[in-house]
Amino acid sequence: MFYREAGQFKTSYKKDQAILPIFQDKIAMVAMLLFCFIVIPLFANDYWLASILVPFLALSLAALGLNVLTGYAGQISLGTAAFMAVGAFASFNLQVRIPEIPFLVAFLWGGLCAAGVGILFGLPSLRIKGFYLAVATLAAQFFIEWLFTHFDWFTNYSTSGVITAPPMTLLGFAIDNPLSKYFLVLSIVVICAFFVRNLARSEIGRAWMAVRDMDIAAEAIGINLMKTKLLAFGVSSFLCGLAGALWAYVVLGTVEPQAFDIARSFEILFMVVIGGLGSVSGAFLGAGFMILLPILLNNLGSLITGGTISTETIAHIEYMVFGAFIIFFLIVEPNGLARLWQIGKEKLRLWPFPY
Amino acid sequence: MSLKNQNLISKSEVIMNIKNINLSFGGLKALSGVSLQIKKGEILAIIGPNGAGKSSMLNVISGIYVPQEGVVEWKGKRRNKIAPHDIARMGIARTFQNIALFKGMSALENILTGRNILMKRNLFMEMLYMGLGRRQEEEHRKKAEEIIDFLEIQSIRKTPVARLPYGMQKRVELGRALALEPELLLLDEPMAGMNVEEKEDMCRFVLDVNEQFGTTIVLIEHDMGVVMDISDRVVVLDYGIKIADGTPDKVRSEKKVIDAYLGVG
Repeated sequence: MFYREAGQFKTSYKKDQAILPIFQDKIAMVAMLLFCFIVIPLFANDYWLASILVPFLALSLAALGLNVLTGYAGQISLGTAAFMAVGAFASFNLQVRIPEIPFLVAFLWGGLCAAGVGILFGLPSLRIKGFYLAVATLAAQFFIEWLFTHFDWFTNYSTSGVITAPPMTLLGFAIDNPLSKYFLVLSIVVICAFFVRNLARSEIGRAWMAVRDMDIAAEAIGINLMKTKLLAFGVSSFLCGLAGALWAYVVLGTVEPQAFDIARSFEILFMVVIGGLGSVSGAFLGAGFMILLPILLNNLGSLITGGTISTETIAHIEYMVFGAFIIFFLIVEPNGLARLWQIGKEKLRLWPFPY
Repeated sequence: MSLKNQNLISKSEVIMNIKNINLSFGGLKALSGVSLQIKKGEILAIIGPNGAGKSSMLNVISGIYVPQEGVVEWKGKRRNKIAPHDIARMGIARTFQNIALFKGMSALENILTGRNILMKRNLFMEMLYMGLGRRQEEEHRKKAEEIIDFLEIQSIRKTPVARLPYGMQKRVELGRALALEPELLLLDEPMAGMNVEEKEDMCRFVLDVNEQFGTTIVLIEHDMGVVMDISDRVVVLDYGIKIADGTPDKVRSEKKVIDAYLGVG
């Protein structure tokens, strides 16, 4: 009833190709941004900000990065956490060697290094596809974890291998409390999401999707597969590297290889699959599903049982329910939550009329 | 009798000259000693029984296969081995026997993707959707819309191609090839699997492309009625050998062609 585009006539291609061509979508986007930037900071407590929202946003960024590679360009990768680790360690190392570098520059450097490493490990994609490529990217995961654990130069010869992230200051403000960290991560994530959305609707995004959907035809219409795939690896790894730097600096406060193990790679891959391949909102929905749902189940579990069942049993039941939810959503909509959302919107355009 | 007015365009200039091609895969000879000239502005049909080497011939023309022997001249210059993605830049576009559309995209996006080689790639401008990034999207949208109008697919421009019926998908694929603004258009069985109306539509589009844009067209087709009606010239292959080359009327009456199609009695 309310989500209707009738009467919204686009009189130029410019208007038709706007990032959100439907008026209601624009309103919804503004409302959501206002909610994130104003309402949440006003009402959320430190626990919510530091332990739930900031990790959620940081992993959303990693999922967004992987979605560029897997969702848009169709190249499966199991090395996401490795590229995050490169971002974290490169940022840290730049700051250790040149202490006066602002942390944002260090983050960018981390992203760029991750992009370089991503392109390097993306080279096998020129010859192999699908599951075989996934196995090849596993090499990145194991190699980089091994590299950072065994070469002390990267950890600046710290004895424990775990290093405290340098403090962050931006324009004289110290970013040390949950609220400022939330704003920092939120801003970076929103900007990156905007960039990815723009790429997806431009020439580069179409080239990526062409390679994903039918590489032979893509080649026949003049798309250079090598450049396009490697660009996807570069952009994807840049975002993952940035997410890794955020994860280490803002979420954990420490830089350690153990934070970027293969379990993390799988977690982010699941986010992308459950959220929806090839969509920006899918990265956020997937990350929300993987992070917020367990917390919700946890709270619900203790609320319903009210202490009559041991916490251990509740924890097991949570896992089972969570697993059931994953299976349920994948059966209902194999293309992910973002697709479910899109179908809902399409239905809403007609509701309450049958046609 | 051909539907086309033969005198409309003078078809004398040779844009592709293929001399004495030998192509084999291992021990299997796909083409032996085939010579062929493609003249500017013509519609050339390649026909022949199954396994005659039609698709191989098309792949030699488009440069995907490099023959072991023989010379391919493109606009008077000898063409050596080229990367598959450079073929489009030479002005050669093609459609596929089995539809090879980009399934995750809409009809409009598929056609816009066809214009990628005419666009400039700039990561930062496209990321910001500013300057060149924005301008070229709008300019090329205009061109894409012209193709959409030409093919009469306005109503499905934003429909994901996976949801379109077969005939429409074939039409979108033609649109994507046209978006490249090619000089030579290769159509691999453009009417396969279509009903009579869809075939008539497609014939009309092929003739219109040829007449309005002056595009040279090489097509492989099994429907003899279609071939005889729309093509200026027909080349018949059998077991990798060219057995006839000429106007539809001439080819139809050649004994070798009748033998190849009906068997020697």
